[in-house]
Amino acid sequence: MTVDPAKATGWVEPPARKGFLTDTSLCIGCKACEVACKEWNGVPDDGMNFLGTSYDNTGALGGSTWRHVAFIEQPVAAGNEVVDLGMPSAELPGRRDGSERTDFRWLMSSDVCKHCTHAACLDVCPTGALFRTEFGTVVVQEDICNGCGYCVPACPFGVIDKRVGEGVKNEGLAQKCTLCYDRLLDGTTPACAKACPTESIQFGDLDELRLRAADRVEQLHEQGVTSARLYGENPDDGVGGLGAFFLLLDEPEVYGLPPDPVVTTRDLPAMWRQAAVAAAGLLIGAVAVFGGRS
Amino acid sequence: MPSLGASFGRGGATTFLQDLQQSDCIVIQGSNMAECHPVGFQWVMEAKKRGARIIHIDPRFTRTSAVAHQHVPLRAGSDIAFLGGIINYILSEEKYFRDYVVAYTNASFLVNEDFRDTEDLDGLFSGYDDESATYDPSSWSYDGAVTDAAAGSARDGGHAEGDQHGSGGPPLSPREIKRDDTLQDPRSVFQVLKRHYARYTPEMVERVCGVPAEAFLTVCEAVTANSGRERTTAWVYSVGWTQHSVGVQYIRGSAIIQLLLGNMGRPGGGIMALRGHASIQGSTDIPTLFNLLPGYLPMPKAGEHQTWEDYLDTIRTTEQKGFWSAAESYAVSMFKSWFGEHATRDNDWGLHHLPRISGDHGTYRTAIDMLDDKVKGYFLLGQNPAVGSAHGKLQRLAMAHLDWLVVRDLNLIESATWWKDGPEIATGELQTDKIGTEIFVMPAAAHTEKSGSFTQTQRMLQWHHQAIEPPGDCRSELQFFHLLGQKVRERLADSTLERDWAIQNLTWDYPVNDNGEPDAESVLAEINGSYLTGDKAGEPLSAFTEMKPDGSTSGGCWIYTGVYAGGVNQAARRKPEWEQTWVAPEWGWAWPANRRQLYNRASADPDGKPWSERKAYIQWDGEKWTGPDVPDFQVSKDPHFRPEPGATGADALAGDDPFVMQADGKGWLYAPAGLLDGPLPAHYEPAESPIRNPFYRQQSSPAREIHKRKDNLLNPSQGEPGSELFPYVFTTYRLAEHHTAGGMSRWLPYLSELQPEFFCEVSPEHARERDLEHGGWATIVTARSAIEARVMVTDRVVPLRVDGRVIHQVGLPYHWGVGGEALVSGDSANDLFGLTLDPNVHIQESKASSCDIVPGRRPRGEALLRFVESYRSRAGVTVETGEQRRTQR
Repeated sequence: MTVDPAKATGWVEPPARKGFLTDTSLCIGCKACEVACKEWNGVPDDGMNFLGTSYDNTGALGGSTWRHVAFIEQPVAAGNEVVDLGMPSAELPGRRDGSERTDFRWLMSSDVCKHCTHAACLDVCPTGALFRTEFGTVVVQEDICNGCGYCVPACPFGVIDKRVGEGVKNEGLAQKCTLCYDRLLDGTTPACAKACPTESIQFGDLDELRLRAADRVEQLHEQGVTSARLYGENPDDGVGGLGAFFLLLDEPEVYGLPPDPVVTTRDLPAMWRQAAVAAAGLLIGAVAVFGGRS
Repeated sequence: MPSLGASFGRGGATTFLQDLQQSDCIVIQGSNMAECHPVGFQWVMEAKKRGARIIHIDPRFTRTSAVAHQHVPLRAGSDIAFLGGIINYILSEEKYFRDYVVAYTNASFLVNEDFRDTEDLDGLFSGYDDESATYDPSSWSYDGAVTDAAAGSARDGGHAEGDQHGSGGPPLSPREIKRDDTLQDPRSVFQVLKRHYARYTPEMVERVCGVPAEAFLTVCEAVTANSGRERTTAWVYSVGWTQHSVGVQYIRGSAIIQLLLGNMGRPGGGIMALRGHASIQGSTDIPTLFNLLPGYLPMPKAGEHQTWEDYLDTIRTTEQKGFWSAAESYAVSMFKSWFGEHATRDNDWGLHHLPRISGDHGTYRTAIDMLDDKVKGYFLLGQNPAVGSAHGKLQRLAMAHLDWLVVRDLNLIESATWWKDGPEIATGELQTDKIGTEIFVMPAAAHTEKSGSFTQTQRMLQWHHQAIEPPGDCRSELQFFHLLGQKVRERLADSTLERDWAIQNLTWDYPVNDNGEPDAESVLAEINGSYLTGDKAGEPLSAFTEMKPDGSTSGGCWIYTGVYAGGVNQAARRKPEWEQTWVAPEWGWAWPANRRQLYNRASADPDGKPWSERKAYIQWDGEKWTGPDVPDFQVSKDPHFRPEPGATGADALAGDDPFVMQADGKGWLYAPAGLLDGPLPAHYEPAESPIRNPFYRQQSSPAREIHKRKDNLLNPSQGEPGSELFPYVFTTYRLAEHHTAGGMSRWLPYLSELQPEFFCEVSPEHARERDLEHGGWATIVTARSAIEARVMVTDRVVPLRVDGRVIHQVGLPYHWGVGGEALVSGDSANDLFGLTLDPNVHIQESKASSCDIVPGRRPRGEALLRFVESYRSRAGVTVETGEQRRTQR
């Protein structure tokens, strides 16, 4: 079932839902998206840290990183079969043993806030700082956020985080990609998509992006890239589909993405109901035990 | 770019980036295009989307390799062996495009019977003179042709004539060149080529490059299957090819392949020379080079150019074919734009008032002259030689000999701060209070803060408009030089010295705005040129063909004429590609004459019909040449036109002479003139190599430019004692995140955080051999210096089996420098290099060298000098090491 999250939150006749298609088969890892995002949104630097994780010195999405290009170095067996899933591990890159070299691949993928159809961060925000825009995106209002941090563990992707760094702008407040809300209001393309030289990051109406993505997967399959698949395009998944979805060349785990994300607030009503039942039971018990002693 | 100039007639990329989308196969070699040219790389990705095969041939697995179908790792410095192997494959498997080769190349021309090949002389061509260590190229000429003695010979340090062929092939008098269209005559270029490359077998490629024969043959099959009537292959290179002692010959290798396969002048074909900086092509068109004037006219030479005729004769011969024969019009117009009414026929247009060059005055020669106290002052404009030039120590020590140094830059770069916190202060080689150099730092305006043009990699001028005022004291280069010129002219106003004539009589009247900024468009108009007399006096020229040798036209750079046609800034055109054809001729303006694909007459067969419908581009419609691009041919010249005997200039071009700037109208498989180190590429080892040259006795190029000095010691190569101390190959390169020597990136937090530290890339096998720990430190050593870097152990670096043993390669990005002003700093990879240069262009060999690598950080202070000295003494390094031109064995 396709939900229009803008309508669902009460916007009357909102514009078409906007989103990103990040086609990792076209990513060349130039990081122009990371730079353009920081430049446009005034996001501070994240520290000058050499991480030694391939060419990634950014590490992860966070309060001061709203686009993050992941670099995955992997040996590939003959026939393009992946040898291992590339699960995050403590292993250093490169071969540890003296085994024979096989073909090799270097995957790159620009990660970003998914702007979920069912956004847990928004559900748990007690101040209303997080809100659903008319474009169906999820945005933090920095002048309302009180830095409680409830949204941080709520995100199933680990996207939103409190900004750290002494004296930086919005220190301690929850921060993440706004899908360049200010640019959307002006009818322009978000900074990252605008800067992407190879159209790996495509911006547009979500419905159209989904059609384009399906065509692209078909094209790649015809060219023999049978591992191409979409991630987060399905409105029936655990988060109701992603506003920012991906074309991947392998399993999502390879890119550090959860294989089956679920909105963390999905079970809250049931949990509350069970908690209420339990509380009622306790109350009845208490009454039964202590009630007759007056 | 003398290589492309000598091969095709013009020294610029023969094609344009958008054209790559038409390719069926793209070979990227000596270039990390995705990282260093990411915007242009969109067209490679577009081609890939359309089904083209992408092949990356490079020592390292880079972000370009990541999206290529095939990555072929090879030993840095072995590309000619690889390219020669492909040539041999094409010839021996009969895969060449015969109709194209016979009609459009010099394959059928006969070579002088005095010519001797490297096959005959064990690695030398005929004409080598041991005394001067240069070639006399007269024996390389065609049979029956008189090669102009001035072309390509290397007299008294006058090296680098090669540079002049930026927009016109070398001159020669091509009267009655003998030819054999059956290509069977043993002296035909075709047969010479066959013999020369016969030994470049797949087995030799494997032995020299470390590329398994199977992988090599896969490349051969792909490029030949994707060439011919129906399909085209493009070749892409950049500084991974140019920065070698034989860099010009690397490029010649691809020129020969592309001519044999018939890929030149055709959509999806050509050679895409990628040039680094935003305006590097512009900096040779309107040159920052010592031996060139705008439009590739030569700088006059002392003792050689006594008269106007002497000068003209070095540019062209009056008998030759092609548009270069009108060089007098170009030269006169340039002098008219410089000196206005003061340039007259009587004073040879002012020629004799120009300074004359007396030898090599290139950037490395100048640094050496500084060390020898021959240079008093130095301007650095957007250049950071303390980090970005080879042999950084030599560069910094040289600057300490200057009286004054002007640094114009956006930031306080290391070339402005070496006197207080450079590496030599730490070692004690320099002491701040003993340095006499006065340094002036002039803050520069960024491109957004001034108007002007960039001439980018495909010869295209694009205008940028000022968006904001520069902050504080920052000023544009234009304003700086305008003001400097005014002040110098004021000082010299009353001078009666002959030498000041040129400055006194310079046209220097540009309108300025309220902030003193000269109007950049007025400079563009001057470069374009205008009519000076007659009905049209004052009107801009619309094409260089309107230039006259009688002083009635002006034009600062003839190849740019047309950029201001009709009084309109054509470089500022920004019509989107979706509102015009895919060639997009109305976006910016490209020289020459807004042509995007050069030599495009060759996209049609000798009769003027497309070679195939699939690859149609420019064709003859019965009356004229038509197509989506500006024809690179006289528009109404019939394809069957044959010139009268004795015709000269453009009139002498036949209807099937597509290389209109060449003296013979043909693409040069074999260069009978114009290059200083041989008519054909032959594999020589880099000046510092752990490998003996398996091809010839001659180890390194006998014509390479060397500087035998105590401050420029070389590592011993294989075959010399001590070579085992430098057993590894290293290469340097850029990362997408940084800009060359870092002046435009290491001061910016958003770029610096992405690649904050200098690192070296090594294979896991190499790391085990040398106990290098991922994330730890390593010290890399050569005879010049030792530097430290964080260790990146990665499968992207592959050990290669070369000449029977395993060769490890170390990869070093060169963006960091030692200093206290940038957000991120580190040792500079360029400190490792010595100076050995390509003789044609004086470009340093900084893409392949030898080194040692050991775990841990380098010694500090004076101990660093002792550490490096211990390597030198163990290796027995002297000033003679590696500096023998001829290999005696």
